[in-house]
Amino acid sequence: MSADTSQTLPRLPRLMGGAIRPLPLMPVSLALSALSRKLSRDHPGMFRRLGEHGEKRFVLDPTDLPLVLLMDLRGGVPKITAHRRAPVAETRIAGPLSAFLGMMHGAYDGDALFFSRDLVVEGDTGAALALRNAIDDAELDLVAELAAIAGPLKAPLKAVLGLAERRSGLVLHRVDALQGGW
Amino acid sequence: MAMELVCPAGTPSALRAAVEAGAHTIYCGFADETNARNFPGLNFSQEEMAESIAFAHGRGAKVLVAINTFPRAGAEPLWHRALANAESSGADAVILADIGLLAHAAEHHPGLRRHLSVQAAAANPDAINLYAQAFGVKRVVLPRVLTVAEIAAINREIDVETEVFVFGGLCVMAEGRCSLSSYATGKSPNMNGVCSPASHVVYAEEGSELAARLGGFTIHRTKKDQPAPYPTLCKGCFTSEDQTGHIFEDPVSLDASKLIPALARAGVTALKIEGRQRSRAYVAEVVRNFRAAVEAVAAGRPMPEGMLARLSEGQAATTGAYAKTWR
Repeated sequence: MSADTSQTLPRLPRLMGGAIRPLPLMPVSLALSALSRKLSRDHPGMFRRLGEHGEKRFVLDPTDLPLVLLMDLRGGVPKITAHRRAPVAETRIAGPLSAFLGMMHGAYDGDALFFSRDLVVEGDTGAALALRNAIDDAELDLVAELAAIAGPLKAPLKAVLGLAERRSGLVLHRVDALQGGW
Repeated sequence: MAMELVCPAGTPSALRAAVEAGAHTIYCGFADETNARNFPGLNFSQEEMAESIAFAHGRGAKVLVAINTFPRAGAEPLWHRALANAESSGADAVILADIGLLAHAAEHHPGLRRHLSVQAAAANPDAINLYAQAFGVKRVVLPRVLTVAEIAAINREIDVETEVFVFGGLCVMAEGRCSLSSYATGKSPNMNGVCSPASHVVYAEEGSELAARLGGFTIHRTKKDQPAPYPTLCKGCFTSEDQTGHIFEDPVSLDASKLIPALARAGVTALKIEGRQRSRAYVAEVVRNFRAAVEAVAAGRPMPEGMLARLSEGQAATTGAYAKTWR
């Protein structure tokens, strides 16, 4: 009757988490904030869609990585920073990295991931829903966004991301529904 | 000819996904309290509505605009504007519940096709014929409390089309008359467009359990290996005297896909999928499956086996009242 999404959602190997742990977080924060500023410029409708929740803070906790992300929308300029421990925020959304990327790219349904307990939401549920809906409507494509700012490295970057996608099972580009891929 | 598939869209991207996946018709609403899915981050501005309708029409699909809440006294202009905006956006029909709004639409927008929302709870031929005669309603969305035999009996005595829900969230309270949610949150589906609004929902991991609260009331406690529920009061797990269980309803979703042939024989015109609050991935997956099902039925082929259970609330499904065994 029920499909167990937890058996099919890719999870990053623990070794990878261990390898990432010693890395400094500052470059990650700078890169993510630059990306989020680009997204806010290119997809203004996504932030408009957040409405009353557009001034809140969201902790995104990829549970298979040794870090958490804080998405801070206060002041009208989105900022994403990486942390070892979850900072104060209105909402915390936790789950495997593949769940976040799959939702972002239209491959997975957030409600289904929540019902199956692959995703956990704590705090302001309305804000979490607004964020999910805004991102879902934006039809984002991480590979395309990164390639757009990669300059002359565009081709090798796309090749590397394509390889990473095939090896890890993570969805890194817009696919919309993965037919039968739940 | 295949039965008409009426599919949900909470956002323009979900509408595009539904069209691409094979929806004949999409229903959606404006981003305000005029529609019964007034959820954060959802719905359409007037500009988005016009663009989305043009997109759908360009691919041969229709768009119905749900203006299916009950206007607040003194705030009727908001609902009147929604009607005018739906018409100017090119909507193929509006889905209405309130008789005052139906009268306004019939008088001021006579060329705009009118469908009767499930929220109007018209569940017998006399009621439906009255809506048809008084307001020119062309289609009625039947409440989810009828058996297939009752639907067939209704269709024999009316001249308007019928549309029935076949998949998604299930609500078996007298439709359009439930204010249970307002006791815990102050907001209800018919007045504010929200049942158990997310702004009043809190989840908390407490030991080995997940507590789901609505307006401060704990509605569910679930173990780690159980599906997570959304805390709607009607589907809550309560203790009454010495029994603990789902007193009103089980947290399951409707899946009447196996009844499509019977619904076709009962004279139903259109099959409706619930879920404007769901993602474009969900919409595409469900629409694709149901399009294959209605095409199979139309061609006299066996229906494809479903693979939709994982998308359901509670990850379990029922045929609801259509094949009633519990009355």
